[in-house]
Amino acid sequence: MSISEVDTISVETQEEWEPKIIVFCCNWCSYAGADLAGVSRLQMPPNFLVIRTMCSARVDPEFVLRAFAKGADGVLVAGCHPADCHYIGGNYRTRRRIAMLRMLLEQYGFNPDRLRLEWISASEGEKFQKTIKEFIETIKELGPNPIKEE
Amino acid sequence: MEKVKIAQYWGAGCGGCDVALLDIDEKILGVASIADIAFWPIAVDAKLKDVEALPDGGITVTFYNGAVRNSENEHVAKLLRKKSKIMVSFGSCACFGGIPGLANLSNTKEILEHVYKHTFSTVNEEGTIPLTECEVPEGMLELPVLYDQVLTLDDVVDVDYYMPGCPPTVEQINQFLDVVVKHLTEGAPLPPKGTVIASEKTLCDECGRKKTVKAVDRIYLPFEIDIDPEKCMLEQGVICLGPATRAGCGAKCLKANQPCRGCMGPTAAVMDQGGSMLSALASIFKVSDKETQLSEDDIIKMMSQVKDPLGTFYAFTMPKSIIKKRVKEKKKIKEKVVVKQ
Repeated sequence: MSISEVDTISVETQEEWEPKIIVFCCNWCSYAGADLAGVSRLQMPPNFLVIRTMCSARVDPEFVLRAFAKGADGVLVAGCHPADCHYIGGNYRTRRRIAMLRMLLEQYGFNPDRLRLEWISASEGEKFQKTIKEFIETIKELGPNPIKEE
Repeated sequence: MEKVKIAQYWGAGCGGCDVALLDIDEKILGVASIADIAFWPIAVDAKLKDVEALPDGGITVTFYNGAVRNSENEHVAKLLRKKSKIMVSFGSCACFGGIPGLANLSNTKEILEHVYKHTFSTVNEEGTIPLTECEVPEGMLELPVLYDQVLTLDDVVDVDYYMPGCPPTVEQINQFLDVVVKHLTEGAPLPPKGTVIASEKTLCDECGRKKTVKAVDRIYLPFEIDIDPEKCMLEQGVICLGPATRAGCGAKCLKANQPCRGCMGPTAAVMDQGGSMLSALASIFKVSDKETQLSEDDIIKMMSQVKDPLGTFYAFTMPKSIIKKRVKEKKKIKEKVVVKQ
């Protein structure tokens, strides 16, 4: 490999965009699920940051909007399965808010697939891994958050 | 006492705020006895050059209403700021962008194209679109530049006080004028800079309707049902922005049996009025025994009753929202990625 080729590669890698994803996990199910994925050594791309909230319903729509405004390429909200919420009905609020928030994001011009809701229990480490992998793929297909272009 | 000078200017607004200032009735005579109007395009014949001739700080209070939409608005806002001791962001448009702020879902090019070429009533065979500069035999003609993004007053100048409302109520105006007059005559201190001349609570606190349990199945537009004047709007399924809106207006719309549309903007505790309202509204949908059997698609269907979340929740605050304006995705994903559970 010639030096000029090496240079082009390094330039390409520098310019290669990697998605940044914010994952909100509820304390009781999804954070434990993420933890399980970790201790089970399940391999995942490292493009995500986990923020723990007591309940998925604690994720104020404002948090999601702020994540996008600050340049996050995708936001994943993970909570307990229906009927499993530690606070009985928090996740029912969440699923309604996320559905409406996706409508709102679409009106703003975002692809609504940048926001995803998933139910992940404490025993579903594999589902956490699978969700993260798939979501990062989706975001890679979508490209960078359009707000960064401005 | 030497007479003080006041100014009122309209940026991108409708003129309602100017009328609101006149609406203080006989109190305007009191204002006239202590103040001269330095500049008020809708009411007196002072020109910009008269303002330019004043010393810096020569105007005691400027009430700026309307959003900052073009280069002229910005120029006058900056000039008045320089010449004024107190700058009041007057009305929802100046404070949060207001209704003109919804133009942030479009841009200058699209707006001009639509208005001058594509509306049904337009006949424009040559496809003429206004230019900012035009050479004519008499010389160069100039028009202000229309901005791509609607700005608020505090985006372009330093603002001392905010008086939201569409328009601000007589009570708000009187309250503020009393404070200013007291300051000028007795030397009473002015409120701290950045004060919002309204309440710190949400509208629900001020609204006299009976509030019990909120659990709705259906969303109604105000004309679709007979609204019970005693009962909370949201409990009847009518979208009311009360929970996300600052109080201080006296719940005037609610008293007229109309839901709040949010002109007073968010409370100090939140950044995004629309986000707050979305959260509140999504949470009042009934949770039945069958909830666990509902799929996410059923939930989408339920939420789709709210036809225009953006226009409803951000009717007055788009330029001050977190996202601020429309974005453009480069790629559109064709097939939706759905995880099979």
